[in-house]
Amino acid sequence: MSRDPRDVKEELIQIYPKKLRQKRSEQIVVTEHREDGSVPEIKANVRSSPGIITQRGCTYAGCKGVVIGPSRDILSIVHGPIGCSFYAWLTRRNQTRPHTLEDQNFINYCLSTDMQEENIVFGGEKKLKAAVKEAFELFHPKAIAIFSTCPVGLIGDDVHAVAREMKAELGINVFGFSCEGYRGVSQSAGHHIASNGVFKNVVGLNDTPHDDKFKVNMLGEYNIGGDGFVLEDLLKRCGIKQISTFSGNSTYETMANAHTADLNLVMCHRSINYVAEMMEKRFGIPWMKVNFIGADASVKSLRRIADYFEDADLKARVEEVIAEEMAVVEATQSVVKARCQGKTAMLFVGGSRAHHYQMLFSDIGMKTIAAGYEFGHRDDYEGRKVLPGLKVDADSKNIEELDVVPDPERYRARRTPEEIAKLEAMTENEFRGYVGMMPQMDDDVLVIDDLSHHETEKLLEIYKPDIFCAGIKEKFGVQKMGIPCKQLHSYDYGGPYAGFVGAVNFYKDIDRMVNMKIWSFVTPPWQSKATQQDVVAAD
Amino acid sequence: MLLRHTTDQVLERTALTVNPAKTCQPIGAMYAALGIHNCLPHSHGSQGCCSYHRSTLTRHYKEPVMAATSSFTEGTSVFGGQANMLTAIQTIFGVYNPDVVAVHTTCLSETIGDDMVQIVAKAVGEGKVPEGKRVIHCSTPSYQGSHVTGFASMVKAMATQLADPNAEKNSKVTLIPGWVEPSDMRELKSLAATMGVEIIMYPDTSDVLDAPHTGKHEFYPRGGTKMEDIAASGGSIGCIGLGLSGSSAAVEALEAKCKVPGQLMELPIGLQATDRFIDALRTMAGVEVPDSITDDRGRLLDMISDMHQYLAGKRVAIFGDPDQLVSMTEFLNLLDMQPVYIVTGTPTPVTGTQTPQFDVRIRKALGGNLPDAKIRSGAQADMYLLHQWIKQQKVDVLIGNTYGKYIARDEDIPFVRYGFPILDRVGHSYFPSVGYKGAMRLLEKILGVIMDRQDRDALEEKFELVM
Repeated sequence: MSRDPRDVKEELIQIYPKKLRQKRSEQIVVTEHREDGSVPEIKANVRSSPGIITQRGCTYAGCKGVVIGPSRDILSIVHGPIGCSFYAWLTRRNQTRPHTLEDQNFINYCLSTDMQEENIVFGGEKKLKAAVKEAFELFHPKAIAIFSTCPVGLIGDDVHAVAREMKAELGINVFGFSCEGYRGVSQSAGHHIASNGVFKNVVGLNDTPHDDKFKVNMLGEYNIGGDGFVLEDLLKRCGIKQISTFSGNSTYETMANAHTADLNLVMCHRSINYVAEMMEKRFGIPWMKVNFIGADASVKSLRRIADYFEDADLKARVEEVIAEEMAVVEATQSVVKARCQGKTAMLFVGGSRAHHYQMLFSDIGMKTIAAGYEFGHRDDYEGRKVLPGLKVDADSKNIEELDVVPDPERYRARRTPEEIAKLEAMTENEFRGYVGMMPQMDDDVLVIDDLSHHETEKLLEIYKPDIFCAGIKEKFGVQKMGIPCKQLHSYDYGGPYAGFVGAVNFYKDIDRMVNMKIWSFVTPPWQSKATQQDVVAAD
Repeated sequence: MLLRHTTDQVLERTALTVNPAKTCQPIGAMYAALGIHNCLPHSHGSQGCCSYHRSTLTRHYKEPVMAATSSFTEGTSVFGGQANMLTAIQTIFGVYNPDVVAVHTTCLSETIGDDMVQIVAKAVGEGKVPEGKRVIHCSTPSYQGSHVTGFASMVKAMATQLADPNAEKNSKVTLIPGWVEPSDMRELKSLAATMGVEIIMYPDTSDVLDAPHTGKHEFYPRGGTKMEDIAASGGSIGCIGLGLSGSSAAVEALEAKCKVPGQLMELPIGLQATDRFIDALRTMAGVEVPDSITDDRGRLLDMISDMHQYLAGKRVAIFGDPDQLVSMTEFLNLLDMQPVYIVTGTPTPVTGTQTPQFDVRIRKALGGNLPDAKIRSGAQADMYLLHQWIKQQKVDVLIGNTYGKYIARDEDIPFVRYGFPILDRVGHSYFPSVGYKGAMRLLEKILGVIMDRQDRDALEEKFELVM
């Protein structure tokens, strides 16, 4: 169990052909905290090697599936062959709650132009236009989003031109995304494309003011399993108004109204940092990294929000809510901690969760012994301070960076530069910053980017963690080894895991998984060592 | 209301599909490939395809599904996927060491025109395919057909690329089982064994996607048809293909390449289709039908005649894949149920030169009954339309994959999960639907939902003890 992680790293990549070994070697690092506060550099957000069996998906998934999809009343039409829309049909657990039966809710629908060979050969724009019109007739949406899939860019269908034409003809907002699956190297490019699109086409269109004292947006919260419901309720109890979420349980109008908030809270840095930055440039709204995964983390985040607003009543109210919640949390936490203390966990998933969920484990005394992202970038591992030195490679250079300037009428710097400097210091650089995964991990732990299946098997063989956290594609292979596998994309159809309520759910779920009776029954009586010995003795 | 925007006003659509009753080719090819022993399926396209297909199969089976991808980038789409495919082949054999790599294409690699024949030949020529190992491939563009087409194409590739026309003549029967579950494949093998017929079956996903939990993860599970057996099928005495959409292409290819006389029939789901299958095995192999099988048939018959009152006259809406729908329609008709709405997103004919049109097959299965049954296949034949038909005139039972549950809940209809994918219940991969035992299981499920509904809605005075 206490092997030198550097040796383990060599063992993980030994079998690869030379060029691949060299590549993976740069994507596997051993954590260490250096004197100057830096951590080892990791290579991330580069292409996966063909044939290696990666966890990753594509840009379309990141754009439609992750960022835009959760919004219940933007009608999403996928322009492409049938599969892309089918596989993104309700497969992500972004829950939504319309207020009335009359409110529009398109979440359970899957719309596609079902491109056929003739569209590939002769073009699909005509079919797309007809599909948009049919969709408008059936659903009467306020907004339609069109998503490109792999063939679209290749055959030259211009979804943006179609969108403009349909916008003029139908009198509603219609916009397209060039999120072909081959762009970038993973879902991450899709997040960026989606962020650009929603910022360009939606944010700022609804100027409805709110006279609430404390107004925030929750960015990068997708309401998986109801996480967003928990957080909105938490904020409400503290007296904080959530104008919009990007994008769990969101609507078109709330996202269009987001610029009326005074602070942006960033949950998932990887997918939504783009929106946060652009909103600051255009409207003067600063952003703060928060983490509502884990009880202690939630306490910290709530206090930082209260500090930002510098209001005595708010601070007092926040402390009341914290006290109420922690009483419940502590009861479960201590019971579960007694059973889970000292157990080990590994997390290889997403672009954010592999960091934040480590807090939940440490709440119950479990140690993270290896971790990594599926599609994170270097700033997600090492912190945003590495951004200025980051090189964008050929695969990602075509992902557009929007040129954003202050809005002539509506730009209003919410905080002065002096106040911002103070906030940066107070929040340990998580105000307009993110410290990343590695600085918050122990030394001598393996951090692996874009974990391959081979590396997964080796890690499990060598370390035999008490729990492995990843996604659906890893789940059953890991569990067949007798190691519980927690899905952190889908929560194994459970959750919520955010906030205090969510922390308690998580502790109970992990307790259940790690302590299941059935794990002790894998060997049948006739194959047990005792029986084998009897058989030998009888001979 | 989950599907609150669906009304009973049908708008004829020509361009938009809403809530599809099909998916795309590659996943079918991936499933078929998993039925070869020591085989790693490979998706030649963007990462998303492979990830989505593996995920869907995994959710359906609650099993690991291993497959690799060519990880196309923007550059690949411009310059072609050869380099990626060659790198993939080298990595796969070096790291994962399968006996076979079964490659299927995607709309991306098809649109850019990658020549798989040439690429694989180059890989072999450059020594990237170790001695004794094979790389097979099939063309599965997602803008044609459906997932069933992809399945049929991969099985055809097994026949054309692995069956040996010079194989020593043997006394076995080749069985192409169609797109059925591992449990069904297991049942077909069991039926053949009971009849004393030696078969070579491919694909065979039993012991691959229904593998036991032993405390060890086998990257290549024990099951799957061995390459040498697929080769030997070239010398078999005959070939039976089950499911016209899934199996015609392979049966015709085996006949053309290896002169193995082929016989095509619908999936043996339900009494009549199982009768035809058992009888075909009997005549092809020259064996008798043992009493145990006749007895199972008798038990099915018993169950039907006993419970007929709960089935007769019940209106059924059913959606899914052509082969399953045809056989199920025939079975429901036998029970005197009324399959009034039948929808598949799969366009027909699918593959194989002589596959009849879907509605011709359905009409044959109905045997002249229900001339007003609404049958739709192909473009815009989707679950949105099916739901609209149901809103116009209700049904008593809905049968289909998990996506049907949203309609079932909104319309409060008893719902039987059947087909692909089933993402929210277990059992379909472990218990068969083919054969007489399989028909009994289906019947149990159908009766279960109908009789539960009767119990749920009965006035207290009408609440029955014995049913």
